[in-house]
This record gives sequence, C-alpha cells and structure tokens, in this order.
Amino acid sequence: MKRFRRHGQESQRDRLKQELFQFNKTVEHGFPHQPSALGYSPSLQLLAIGTRSGAIKLYGAPGVEFMGLHDENAAVTQVHFLPHQVELVTLLDDNSLHMWTLKAHTGLSELLEIGRFTLTGPPGAPPSVTRVTAVLAHSSGELLLLGTEGGHVFIVEVPGFRELEERNISLDQVASSVPDDYFGRRNLEHVEALQENPVNPNQVVIGYGRGLMVIWDLEKQSAVQHIPATQQLESVWWTEDGDYLLSSHSDGSYCRWMVSGVNEEEEKSDIPYGHFPCKAISKIIQLPTEEGPPFLLFSGGMPRASYGDRHCITVIHGKTHVALDFTSRIIDFFAIRDGPQHTGRQHTGDPSALVVLVEEELVVIDLLTEGWPVIQTPYLVPLHSSAITCSHHVSAIPLKLWERVLAVGDLQSTHYSKKPWPITGGQNLAPDPPQRDLLLTGHEDGTVRFWDASGVCLYPMYKLSTAGVFHTDADPNDNMNQGTEGEWPPFRKVGCFDPYSDDPRLGVQKIHLCKYSGYLTVAGTAGQILMLELNDEAAEQTVEAKVVDLLQGQEGFRWKGHTQLDVREEPVLFPPGFQPFALVQCQPPAVVTALTLHSEWKLVAFGTSHGFGLYDYQQKNNVLIKCTLNPSDQLAMEGPLSRVKSIKKSLRQSFRRIRRSRVSLRKHHVTNSNKLQEANARLEAELAEMELAPVQRKIEARSSDDSFTGLVRTIYFADTFLSDSSHNTPSLWAGTNGGCVFAYMLRLPPVEHRAEEPVTAQPAKEIQLMHRAPVVGIVVLDGHGAPLPEPLEVAHDLARSPDLQGSHHLLVISEEQFKVFTLPKVSAKMKLKLTAVDGSRVRRVGVSWFGSSRSEDYGESGLVVLTNQGDVHVVSLPNVKMQVHYPCVRREDVSGIASCVFTKHGQGFYLISPSEFERFSVSTRCVVEPRSLVEVPLHSSTQRRPQPDGASSAHRNARQDSEDAESAAKRVMEHALLNDEKVLEEIQKSLEGDQTSILENNVKSAVA
Amino acid sequence: MFLSAVPQPSSQPGSRMSRHQQQQQQQLQQQHRTTLRLTDNVVEVKSKFEAEYRRFALKRNGPGGFTAFYRLLQTIHRIPGVDVLLGYADVQGDLLPINNDDNFYKAVSLANPLLRIIITKREDEPIVFATNSLQRRKKGLGLTGLRSSGFDSTRSKNKPGLMIGLPQNFRQISSIIDVDILPETHRRVRLHKHGTHKPLGFYIRDGVSVRVTQQGVEKVPGVFISRLVRGGLAECTGLLGVNDEILEVNGIDVAGKSLDQVTDMMVANSHNLIVTVKPANQKNNVVHRGSRTSMGNSGSVGSAGSAGSALSHDSPSPASQSNPITASNSIAEGDSDDDDDEGDLILENDSLTLYDSSRVTNSNNTNLNRDSPSNRPFPQSVSLPNSVGASLSDSSVLMSNHNGNPAHTSSSSQESMREDGNIITL
Repeated sequence: MKRFRRHGQESQRDRLKQELFQFNKTVEHGFPHQPSALGYSPSLQLLAIGTRSGAIKLYGAPGVEFMGLHDENAAVTQVHFLPHQVELVTLLDDNSLHMWTLKAHTGLSELLEIGRFTLTGPPGAPPSVTRVTAVLAHSSGELLLLGTEGGHVFIVEVPGFRELEERNISLDQVASSVPDDYFGRRNLEHVEALQENPVNPNQVVIGYGRGLMVIWDLEKQSAVQHIPATQQLESVWWTEDGDYLLSSHSDGSYCRWMVSGVNEEEEKSDIPYGHFPCKAISKIIQLPTEEGPPFLLFSGGMPRASYGDRHCITVIHGKTHVALDFTSRIIDFFAIRDGPQHTGRQHTGDPSALVVLVEEELVVIDLLTEGWPVIQTPYLVPLHSSAITCSHHVSAIPLKLWERVLAVGDLQSTHYSKKPWPITGGQNLAPDPPQRDLLLTGHEDGTVRFWDASGVCLYPMYKLSTAGVFHTDADPNDNMNQGTEGEWPPFRKVGCFDPYSDDPRLGVQKIHLCKYSGYLTVAGTAGQILMLELNDEAAEQTVEAKVVDLLQGQEGFRWKGHTQLDVREEPVLFPPGFQPFALVQCQPPAVVTALTLHSEWKLVAFGTSHGFGLYDYQQKNNVLIKCTLNPSDQLAMEGPLSRVKSIKKSLRQSFRRIRRSRVSLRKHHVTNSNKLQEANARLEAELAEMELAPVQRKIEARSSDDSFTGLVRTIYFADTFLSDSSHNTPSLWAGTNGGCVFAYMLRLPPVEHRAEEPVTAQPAKEIQLMHRAPVVGIVVLDGHGAPLPEPLEVAHDLARSPDLQGSHHLLVISEEQFKVFTLPKVSAKMKLKLTAVDGSRVRRVGVSWFGSSRSEDYGESGLVVLTNQGDVHVVSLPNVKMQVHYPCVRREDVSGIASCVFTKHGQGFYLISPSEFERFSVSTRCVVEPRSLVEVPLHSSTQRRPQPDGASSAHRNARQDSEDAESAAKRVMEHALLNDEKVLEEIQKSLEGDQTSILENNVKSAVA
Repeated sequence: MFLSAVPQPSSQPGSRMSRHQQQQQQQLQQQHRTTLRLTDNVVEVKSKFEAEYRRFALKRNGPGGFTAFYRLLQTIHRIPGVDVLLGYADVQGDLLPINNDDNFYKAVSLANPLLRIIITKREDEPIVFATNSLQRRKKGLGLTGLRSSGFDSTRSKNKPGLMIGLPQNFRQISSIIDVDILPETHRRVRLHKHGTHKPLGFYIRDGVSVRVTQQGVEKVPGVFISRLVRGGLAECTGLLGVNDEILEVNGIDVAGKSLDQVTDMMVANSHNLIVTVKPANQKNNVVHRGSRTSMGNSGSVGSAGSAGSALSHDSPSPASQSNPITASNSIAEGDSDDDDDEGDLILENDSLTLYDSSRVTNSNNTNLNRDSPSNRPFPQSVSLPNSVGASLSDSSVLMSNHNGNPAHTSSSSQESMREDGNIITL
C-alpha cells in the first residue's frame, strides 16, 4: 500500500518535472568565431555569414536570426543567395555545395538544408577540374554557374542541383577563341570571377586567373568579347549600366574596360597607392549615385612595404577618398542601396551603407551622412573586443536603473551614426521579453560592458572603464587620434576590436551589481576592489584607497606575483555613468576570487587566495580581515609566478600535440602510399611513446596541506539565525578551497547612527567539511525552504519577505556534494553526493526559480549546476534531490564551462568561442529564442520556376498587385499589433491558412 | 549461547549450570580425563588463572562463541566481573590470544586433545603473545606442562620470537571483501584511509583492456593502476598492484568514464575507498571451494604486516570453515551514507564576544561530546561526529569492536558500530 502510494507520488513528480524543466540551446549572442564567408540578399534584406566550423548564420532586422550547421566539419567559403528567393547556396571547403531555404512553418521561418551537391567531372579527370572557385547565382533564380580550378564553368539548375551538361562552358571552347596575340592563351588558369551583365541576363563575364576575361552569351553559347588583362586577376565588377567592367589585380591595380561587344578596349588603369609595389586589390565594386560621381570601393591595394599589414577598404566618392583601416583581416564586404526595389537584379538608388565583415567584427558604415560614421550594430557585436574575463547576470532590472544606464550609454555612443540599422529583413515575432535583464562582462583591459540580455539581441548598453583610477603605462588617447593631415593613404581607423591590454593587472575578475541601489562593485586581478555609484553627471573626484593586509601577520612568506596598481592621487574626471568612490587594495595583490555586495547594509565582502575581508563603504573602513592561509601553503603565497611548473608542463603537452598534429597533417596530405605508410609508422611510434609515459593521476585524499586550501571561493551575506533561533542577525559566510566555511555575525548600528557607529563582526561558526572539497556556493534557505531574497528586494516589494518563523537551513555546495545543515545549531541534515557517484564535479552553480508551464502560479526554486563534465543538473530545494540533467557543454571545453553564468529564471550563458555566448534555458517558461518570419519576396512568386515561360503576364501582374496590397496591409497591422499575442497568433494562423479571410478577422479584432 | 561446565574440584559431579534456554540443548558432563579421551567430540580444557587451574570438558562442535566461553571461564574461576585476557597454547607451543569467535573456534578445533587456556588480568602487565613463547618440549606432541612463572622467562632463548601484538593494537587498514559474489578473476579491496596518516599512495592511468566477448576478443579503454607509492597504504596492503585494472569504485562501474572522472570518484570516496580490480597477476586469486561460501570480511592486514604476507589470509582457514559467515554486501556497507556524513568538524562560538581573529583558531580546548544535550553551559562547543571522535579518542576500540563481531551480517555490524560509536565518545 505504501509502495503503491509512493509510486503515485513519483509519477506525479515526474509530470511536474516535465512542466518545470526542459533544456534548449536557444540563441548564440555575439560575433561568430572565425567567419569565412559573407552573403547578402537585397531582396530579403538578409545577411548571411558562414564560418570556418561550417555554421551558417542569417541576420535581418534585430531579432531576426537563423542558424544552420553543415554536417560536414568544413569551412564555408562562399555564400550566395538566389536572387529574389529564400534559398541560398553555400560552398564548403570540401567542394560540396549546399542548398538552404527559409521554410515557414506555423508562422515562423526556419533555416533548413534542402539539398547538397558535389560536381562530378568526367571519369579519370583530376579533382581540380571540378574544384569550384567561383559561384554565380544567376538572376533568373534557376541557374547556378560554377567556375572551377580547371577553368571550366559548369551550369547547374537549382534548387534541385541538376547538371545541365549541354550548357557547360568548357575551357577548350573559350581557349579556342582567345586571340592569338594574348600571351597567356596556353594557360588561362582557374576561373577567378563570374559576373552577370546587370542589363542582359544572358551575358556573363568569366574572369580567369591569368587575367583574361571573356564575356559569354549563355543563349548563343559563344564568346561575345575577350578582355585581355595581363595581370593576375582578383575580382571583376560589372557596372550597373552594363557598359563597363572593372577588374582588380594582384599588383594593386584596377582597370576599367568598355563593354562594346566588338573590340577590347582598356579605358582606364590605375594603381591607386602606386609607385611602390602594392598588395592585391581583392575586391572592387562601383555603384552609381543619382546625381554626382559614383562610389568606388575596393579592399586591399596598400603599398606592400609600408602598409602591407593594414586591413583596408578604400572608399572613393568624388573628391572624398578614405582608406578605412580595420582591426582584423577583411573577409568580404558589400554595399546596401537605399532605393526602391527593382524587378531587375540590383537595387537602385544611392549606396546607403557599406557592410564589412572582418575576422573579428562586423562594421557598417553610413555612406549617406557626412564623415561616413559607423552605425552601431544591434547584433553581432564583438564581445571580445577585449578578452572576456568574467560575467555577471542580473535579472529583472528596475525600469529606473535601466533608463539611467541607457542614458549614460547613449552619451558614450555619440560618434555613431544616427541612421537606423540598414538590414531590415524578416519580421521579429518574438514576444517582448517579460523583464529587463542585464549581462555584465568584465574584460582584460579593465572595462565592464553592460549588455541588454533581455531578448534575442545582445545589445551593448554602456561601457565602464576602471583603468582611469590607476596610473597605467599607456596614455589612453595614444594611437587613437587620426593621422596627421595630408597623410597618404588617408587612413581612418574603424571598428572596436582591440585585444591588446595595457596592463593585465587591470583585468576584471568579479562583478556585483545591486539593481535597486545602483551600486556596483568591480574586483580585479591585482586585488583591487572598486565601489562605484551611478551618477548621471560627470564628476571630478579622488578615489580613496584603503589597503587591506590579508596576511594578518603571517610571516615567512614572500609574494612573487605582480605589484599592486598605483592609484592616481589627483582628482580624476569621471564621465556620467558608474563612478568609483572607494577602492580597497588587497595585500598581497592577488586575484580577487570572491565578491559580494550588500547595499542595504552598505557592506562589501571580498576574498582572495589569502583570506577575506569585509569593508564598510559608507564609513570607508575595514570591518573584518581574516587570513585563511595555511602556513605550509607556499604556493598560494608566492603568487602567479609559481605556476611556472604548470606552464612548463603545458608547453610540453602542446609541443606533443603539435608534433602529433603534424603527423596527422602529413597523413592527410600525402597521396603516395609509401609516404602514407611512413606517416602511419611515425604515428604508431608516437603512440608508443605516449604509452611509455602515460598520463597519470594521483589518488590521494585531500589534506589540509594541499595548495590553495585557503583560497576563498565564495562569499555570502545572509540575515538569518546564527546564534539562537529567536533572533535573526546579519551574517557573513565565506567558503574556501579547502572545504572550510566561516560564519561571522555582523552587528550593524541603527540606521540613524549608521554613519558614526562602527559595524562589528564576530566569529560565530566554522565548519570543516570532512571531504575537504572546495566550497563553491553557500545559500541560506528560509523556513519555507526558499533561498533568502537579495538585499533590498523585499524593501522594493519585489520579493516575498523570507519566512523568519520556521527554522533556517544552510546549504553548502562543494565541488563534490550538496549538504544541508540546520541553523542555528549547525548539524548535518541532508546531502547529495555528486562526485562519489558519477565522478563529475560542480563547476558553476546558481539559484533559479522555475515556473510551471501548465499553471501560472506554480513554481519552485532549484539549484542549477554545471559540472566539469559539461552537464547541467537541476537540484531541488530544500531537499537536495537530483531532478534532471542534460548535456550542455563539451567536457573538453574548459573555458566554456568556466564562463557559464546562470540567470535567476533558469537560463544560462556560456562562451562557445572568445566572441560568442551560447544562451540556454533549463526552464519551460523562460525561453528567449529567435522567432522570426521571412516572407518569400514578391517577385519570386511571379518568377517561380514551375511557371512556364508562356504564362500570361497580365495574369501575373494582376496577382502580384493584389498580393502587394495584401502584404502591405498585413505589415502595417503587424507593426501595430506586434505586442498583442492573441492577434499575433491569429496572424500566424493566417499565414498558414487562407490568407484573406483571416486577415479580415484580424482587422475586426484589431478594431474591437 | 550455551556452555556449561563443572569445575573439576567441585564435589558435585553432574550438576548443570545452564544459563539459557534455547532449542539446542547441550550437555556437559563432568568427566575424567580418561573417559574424555575416548570421545572425539569433546575437548578437554585446562585453564589457568594466576595460580589456579581448572579442568573441564567442552563439546567440540557445540554452539556458542567466544563470549559464552569467556563467561564460562569467569564462572569456573569464580572471577565474575574481572576483566581478563584469554590465551591458549597451540600445537607449536605458541601462546595465542582468544578474543573473538574466530580464534576461539580455531583453538577448539586444534585442541589435541587438551586445550590449554591461560587467563591473565587485563590490568596486569600485558602479556606478550609471541612465537616460541611457550617452551616446546617434544616435537608434535604438544605441551605437557606450562611454567607457572609468567612467560617472559620462556623467551630467554637465543632466538627471539617474532612479536605478535594484541589485535586491539591493530587497526584494520584494508580488506578483501565480497569474495563469494565476485568472479574469481576480480578482487574487491577496501582501503580504510580512516585514521591513518598514510597516503593512499597510488596512481592510475588510461590503458587498453582486453575483454573476451562472444564476438571474440575486444579492446576497450580501461583505467589501470600505474604506480604504487612506497610506504603508501596501497602498497602496504599488497592487495593492489601495478597494472591492475580498475573496474569499480565503491560499487560504481567505471566503464565509459574518463581518467579524470575516475580520479575524482576515488578522491571523493577516499575516506572509505572500495576498488574492484582485475589483478594483473591472476595467480593469487581466491579459489572457491565447492559450494562452501568462503569467508567475507576475513582478511585484515595489520599495519605492521608486510606486503609479502598479504595473500595468506586469502585461503580460508579451518576456523572460517567451521563457521561460515553470510556474505556481506560491501556496497551497502561501503556506501553507508552516514560514515562520512558526521565527518564535518563544526566549531561554534556562541559567546557574544567581539571579533578577535585569534579566538576561533585557539579554541581547541573543546568538548568532544557530540551529543551534549545543550550548548548553554559551554561557551564554545565542538561537535565531533562519532566516527571522528572515535578515531580521536581511541579508534582501536572501535575497530576491535567491529572485528569482534564477524558473525554479524554487515547491516547489523553497521548498526552496532553506530551505537558503539556514541558509547565510545562518552
């Protein structure tokens, strides 16, 4: 009977788990790692980026994002949208072509791979014959022209990838008609470029590597004209009027050729940065303007010796000539034109924006505004403009603080263009985020960046620099100014990627923001803890530094690490925003490893590898200093330099890895079977060598003598029952690497005397966990088993006040287990072992609230845990039972695991590359994911391939008109009603079903 | 428990001293030596306490264990309540202790025909059990007499005897367990890190394990012991060797787990580590004898024991044969949730004094009583969990107590251990 009942409860619990938890990786924030290809669809207004890891990402209006991943682990080398369609073609490093489409499904579009194709040459032909080097998506939307390394052009029907063999343009066909006097006629080399005549879709120009360009008529299947350029060809551009061809070459020159149809004629040739040898111009485009001179844009072409290392795009418009100097290698660029859409291949109108993809960021330049300012990108922002060293998430920001941060952020971005974001494809159908969330990232250069993490776009709000407080070697204005007047080439630096840090000691290690009071504390590598306050005005002030000696008289130690930072003693002018008003410097200046802030008590607590301290930032003095150092722990004392040993080890390992990879590389490249065997033998020998010196792991119980046992891992404030069960008191808790928990009772003077009377702390408890695993989290649970609310949360009526009637419990989370103790008398009550059972260890932990997906008012708190195996676990509170677990991060991705932060509502972020956060959700209710719709462009419906050429054009036009009106109406409405979920749903339905009838319903409901 | 005996000097032959009522009735008759020799299933006992001798007979296969025998002797010698130590002289002339069921049965079974018992007061100077401690008169004939004047004099020979300490002077540091439920090729070893200051002292590595499956030989990744630290616990026991494959850690299969995971599991269980290995050297495996269950929990190697003697306890002794023990489930025991639960050391400072950093660290004059009903009288209290407390006060008592009840099943011994733990700390 008992068992039966229990079974019922368990199944009920299982059902509840399903309502509470589900795992989703929802969206990737930031800039894709190692981008390798760029594509743009003027008709869809979508941008596509392919990466070296085989990912393809599409971006439109902010919030409109799609992502796909090729099965092959090969780099994407080219991305081409089929004109006026929702399909796009990708070319991979392994010579495979892939067709992707945006399929609308239940009102949302998703990116799907619908086909793959690899060119097959005639039997026996070398692989170079079919190695694709150039791709042209023909404006008909039905043809794909593939130029190959062998010099052939294959024509393929899309989207089905049907080879049209009879229309292929073989090298022989072309070579036979090349004029005899062309010096390179024997070897034209590979197809470098393919361009379509903007005014005559039957004509394409085939540019060969050797320099020769051939205008080919697809209909007549014959060469129309030969253009005998003699320099190695880099790119070809056909001007919009169809009259000229521009070719760029490897010697840094470009040429303009008249397309006459009769004779070849070089109209103009120029080496823009000439005289001395120049680097290749890798891409050139020219766009006309309504009135005035055209825009000429090209990348590269810099003088090899003096500026060969610059990554430049030159923009020439009339008399204006600027060489935009980018921060990293240019992948590709394109221009957006603001004119109305044309039925032809191109947009008309003046170029409005230049979009440049460089290796580390995406830069968009406003070409319509004087001075060509940069437009702030709403997505694809490089998170790693300086390396991310830590992150901190704050959920549900009060509107007031939000607006103030936005306002001070706006003051910082005055140099950005005021123009709206020019890429506007698709509709963002995601509901408005339920709350305002902030993600704060700390960086190596001492900056803290504030990101709007509420929705799909991680939007930069504000950037705080802490470097100004200290004397640093470099002048902040150094190198930032423009070059002197008259400099040639006329460089202008653009982009924000700047990985070079003036002083590694500035690096931000811990951040804590109080969202109610606007107090922020930032702690760094050299033991500095800054207290900052949000101020809407600029202020000039000196920052008072207080040194805290954490050694507390422990002797015989020598700090061999870095010195502490020099504080500027003179007043410093701080811009509006978070301004520092107090500074604590730990001595020895070791990395701050734990930090917390209690804005109600006006206390900040911090810990390093030597101990922890409590600082009263109202009275600006130290309340408590506790040394946690084990006297025999030399390693902790000496500081980072003593890690030489491990560096040596890692060096050895990396050398070994290099050697191994060299072997495998060789294996990959040799074709000769003899060599292959040789490489195999070497590989085996390598393996045998590894066998001789295997990786060993010592099995030893932890002891108090281990290194860094005194390192403070976590620090926590709680108002709880520390000494007796009738009076709750403020308390401070600290957990160390050696499995020790210290608890201090705090006595705060009454509010009216807070400024004069001292705050005192007295030791109350000390718990040494027997298993001695590092303590990574401490939480006090109230009488209901719920975690205590944050400081000021209750005062702001945003949280239920904690239950002070029932008995409180202390939850200590070590790397190995979760343990609940009673309070005020500390005795073990419950525990959950993790490591002893499955060998994984807790790396990151957070307390989250999970709402049920079924009933609005049910929810429960839980611990979210990320283990060193990369698994996410949810552990129930207060009875510490394992609820669910999901694989999340690869276990080898140590930095990804270390970077993980959890939100208060069951989401999390971790770095998947130095520049990208993956966002995931363990909650059923709190899921932020892109929900967007991209409609098939209007023209495609008329030019769709199933319709034979003979279809009546009148009919087509009529249909198009009606659709035009319909979609316009729809769009207006969707703008108006985007926030109304009910209407949204109906709109989605309407998109699936009968459009007009439901549209009327929509209108009715909108009116009502 | 049923033992009754009539002391020989008694003038009332045939009187019975039954103290319990159980199904199995045992009779002990007062008999003369001559008659006794005729019966094989009766052991003649001659016990000596101080200057007094008693003779009586004991059924060889009768029930009852050490405790009953101990009480019997106390009754016979009329020394109830006196704490004594028992020893017997074995065939080789060595004085060996009787302090648990095992060596009691062993002593009874080896009596040929006379069982000589020497009783000493515990308060006395501890006697030294040693080889050759008793003078051997004739080869193979056992002892014909004992010197009454202590045993030290018997050691005044040129060849000093090998010292054997009292069991309570030992602490169990390792054991082979679950011999009966494991395949013969595997060995489950329990290392008691508890209380010793020796490092566990071994390293593990990745390797390739060869498994024989139905499809043939299959190579799978495995984890192996790569090195033993000299003087470490693992080496001292002799139960683990280099290249032994690790199959389980505290009952959890390590297949599919990375080296780091296995390392973390072992470290997390280091206070009571149970590893199941497939020894690289398969020569010393425990051989199952027919259907008879061999003894679990039998082997224990003293910390003074050398590695070479490690395998001696693998072979079931006659004593164990005569008293089979039900198999213990090591997992339940090893994983017993509470053994380390109480391990945390908690210092509480309830006195309201101002912050002084030296205060907490100096509070060593602490109360070891974990179950002290109230902390009020003590401004500072330390709660020490029973296991730690036991190990600090006198861990040997705990261990000997544990060893003293091998007939218990694991669960009951676990319970008794828990109860005893509280008693001991008082």
